[in-house]
Amino acid sequence: MHKSVFAAVVPLFLFHAATAAADHHIDVEHWSAIESKATGQEVYFHAWGGDPRRNAYIEWAAEQILNRSGVVVTHVKLADTAEAVSQVVSEKAAGRDEDGSVDLIWINGANFASMKEQDLLYGPWAEELPNWQYVDVEGKPTVQSDFTVPTDGLEAPWGMAQLIFYHDTETLPDPPKSIVAIGEWLEENPGRFTYPQPPDFHGLTFLKQAAYELMQDPSVLQEPVDPDRYEDLTAPLWAWLDGVTPNLWRSGRAYPSTGTQMKQLLADGEIEIAFSFNQSEASAAIANGELPDTVRSYVLEGGTIGNANFVAIPYNSSAREGAVVFANFLMSPEAQARAQDPGVLGNFTVLDMDKLNETHRARFDSLELGVATLTPEELGQALQEPHPSWMDRLSEDWISRYGVSQ
Amino acid sequence: MPALGGETLSLQPWRDLFAVPGILRSALLSLCTGLAATLISVILVILIVATFQGTRGFRRVERVLSPLLSVPHAAAAFGLAFLIAPSGWLSRLLSPWLTGWNAPPDLLIIHDTWGLTLIGGLVIKEVPFLLLMTIAALPQADASRTLAAAMTLGYGRVSGWCRTVLPRVYPQIRLPVYAVLAFSMSTVEVALILGPTTPATLAVRVTGWMRDPDLTLWFQAAAGAALQLALVLFAFLLWRFGETVIARLALMRIMAGHRGRSDWFPRAIALVSALAVSGAVFAGLVVLGIWSFAGFWRFPDALPQAFSLKTWMRSGDTLLSLVATGMGIAVASVVVALILVLYQLQQTTRLDGSPDRGQGMWLVYLPLILPQISFLLGLQILSVISGLDGTHFGVFVCHLMFVLPYVYLSLSDPWKALNPRLSTVAATLGSGPWRIFWRVRLPLMLTPILTAAAVGLAVSLGLYLPTLLIGAGRVTTLTTEAVALTAGGDRRLIGVYGLLQAILPFIGFGMALAVPRLVWRNRRAMEARQ
Repeated sequence: MHKSVFAAVVPLFLFHAATAAADHHIDVEHWSAIESKATGQEVYFHAWGGDPRRNAYIEWAAEQILNRSGVVVTHVKLADTAEAVSQVVSEKAAGRDEDGSVDLIWINGANFASMKEQDLLYGPWAEELPNWQYVDVEGKPTVQSDFTVPTDGLEAPWGMAQLIFYHDTETLPDPPKSIVAIGEWLEENPGRFTYPQPPDFHGLTFLKQAAYELMQDPSVLQEPVDPDRYEDLTAPLWAWLDGVTPNLWRSGRAYPSTGTQMKQLLADGEIEIAFSFNQSEASAAIANGELPDTVRSYVLEGGTIGNANFVAIPYNSSAREGAVVFANFLMSPEAQARAQDPGVLGNFTVLDMDKLNETHRARFDSLELGVATLTPEELGQALQEPHPSWMDRLSEDWISRYGVSQ
Repeated sequence: MPALGGETLSLQPWRDLFAVPGILRSALLSLCTGLAATLISVILVILIVATFQGTRGFRRVERVLSPLLSVPHAAAAFGLAFLIAPSGWLSRLLSPWLTGWNAPPDLLIIHDTWGLTLIGGLVIKEVPFLLLMTIAALPQADASRTLAAAMTLGYGRVSGWCRTVLPRVYPQIRLPVYAVLAFSMSTVEVALILGPTTPATLAVRVTGWMRDPDLTLWFQAAAGAALQLALVLFAFLLWRFGETVIARLALMRIMAGHRGRSDWFPRAIALVSALAVSGAVFAGLVVLGIWSFAGFWRFPDALPQAFSLKTWMRSGDTLLSLVATGMGIAVASVVVALILVLYQLQQTTRLDGSPDRGQGMWLVYLPLILPQISFLLGLQILSVISGLDGTHFGVFVCHLMFVLPYVYLSLSDPWKALNPRLSTVAATLGSGPWRIFWRVRLPLMLTPILTAAAVGLAVSLGLYLPTLLIGAGRVTTLTTEAVALTAGGDRRLIGVYGLLQAILPFIGFGMALAVPRLVWRNRRAMEARQ
């Protein structure tokens, strides 16, 4: 590895040693040294490939970084992020602690928690990046806390996500605006709503959203699950689900498998309300001819769950410097503004407008949000993701209650 | 797995497995849908061949059904889903003028809890496979003359075929039948697309655990994979038992001497099922094609409001390199597999043409019969240790492992059934074993060899999990990209990738049918062998 580069920052390294499998530390002052190491490195970026628009965005970012820093980024399109995690685990099992095949992962909360716990991540590095100075740490606390798990600089944010609901104003002008209201509306309109089947990410997010509204004291969601109180705490959630399940699409005997499939159901007129973690999903789908132009977005009263998208570097990455340089670019005002462009991706930025200079801010100000996208004000403050243990328990319980019924 | 903290032997993974809710139902679903799909496919193939063999219609049936073999399972399943879902094409074509539906009805067709749609999706793919295997075996069974003899003795066409030709053909297609059984029970992609979800079949759930972020689930997944293997073996026993019973009963019926002259009913079933199978796959491909060009498409419109090239343009750049990689690996593994199999067959065949009992050749079949998920995890670790992961060579070796059994399967029975007298004659004329191989056996084997190559090509092009795991994401083919993209469920993208996936191997099968006809155009008896 690269002791010469990092020798000067050993004291800082000790400071961070509490976290994970870190053995080296990247310091801003040595950024140019890192960049020169990065030149020519091949970075295999393992990222979910189910969204063509995000794939195109990654392709653009890869071209940019190739031209600027000579880093060769290859997007490995995954069907499921866990595939990359499996890859790292089997490399560890085979004793390949260097020169691994995964250099950078677009990681989600549950996978992050599991990799962090098993010391499979390199770092800390994220908060030492030059572009970290622009990140909105105060206004968007989820950039440092992934599903309540402290990121500790082991992953770098590259976009914000928040749950939004959408509906066709032509068939449903006035959609129900709370979980309870959705249940009541379903009584009148049986079969016209559903959610992706847990453990799908969107399905679990819906359960967490419902838990927030239905639980008497949602603040316990920020703590790990207390097994003794779990039954009592979640009783209202299961009572509500028991009530609505017979009124769900297909009477709850089948569920869409993903958010995209749910969008297709709305396009086919099978259901009337759908939801997404991408704030501009509806606008993008209209532009793409996937949804009619009468579709609009909304959020539930009391707010919806939001989180940040992160990238992380496995402990045995073969191109750390390249991965770090690419992650820094993804966080740059230029890349962030492009990602927020609804014509490109429509993914909201992790940056703080007040920390940017005029030119950078102008890039964001000139963006049109799209006909069916809510403004940051309309979206409101996002609810924090519950601790990952909640997701595990809710997922398990959902499956035994509804996932194996006849 | 010390990396995951598993350093001792324990029964805990099994206890965990059986504590999983609905696990027995999942196992039962796998068993029943697999057996049902295989049974229906075998019966339909027998009826189709019995009804049409030797008639002018046979070529037509063959020509219509055999290209379907090249359609990857995932593409066929998606096509079927797009066709028969409540918002599918059939429902769109019939609405609202016939059905009165202005919104799709809330009917559980896809993912039905009994797995009926899953069985249907398997049958439309397995009938063409078994049919092609049966057709390749017919000449060795001397089917045309046997059937003619039976019919002169007053037997009806179907009953005569079943009584005289089937007993000779079936042993030759037994292995393909078992492969179909194993595949149907452990398929992941078809069950994901069409099968029940509450709960899903065993293979789907095991795959889910292997991909779960909670890595300790791998132990449970390993136990599940072993259970899957046990289920498959149990199904083999059941099937074998069924074969024996049917053979006994059939012998009694044959002895009774009924001629079964009135066979319009089985013949009608044969005709209808041949039409339905090909109709479902072709219409499915058409609707895949329409979706790939579709703009906004509201229910119940029969066609989209607008057509666009957007989806194709968007993916166009990457498609070419994906096709090139996939074809390269496929062709390489097929060529090597052919050489290995033919060499092995030649070496184990004595001069008089009677083959040895293939000592240890059952090993080759393991990848067919073992559910993929059971051994891919181990294989992945092995490839990392040997440094072959993420290389084209590593993927090629892994593909070879899967292609080899199919090639061996397609070649060994026709080889064993070669008339040994031809080799004997050649030997008495002074030819050595290799001269006999080049001048007698190889030409006689042209059709089976091309069929085997086409099958191998389709197998290699369709491999998902092996390519993904051994390729470490660095070697990507059309199939790995297709599954990654379709994980999102975007119908337009599914259309693009499904259609392209279907076209590639189709070329291989087209050649397998066309080349012998071209080569043997002046050798009628040789041409008739196919």
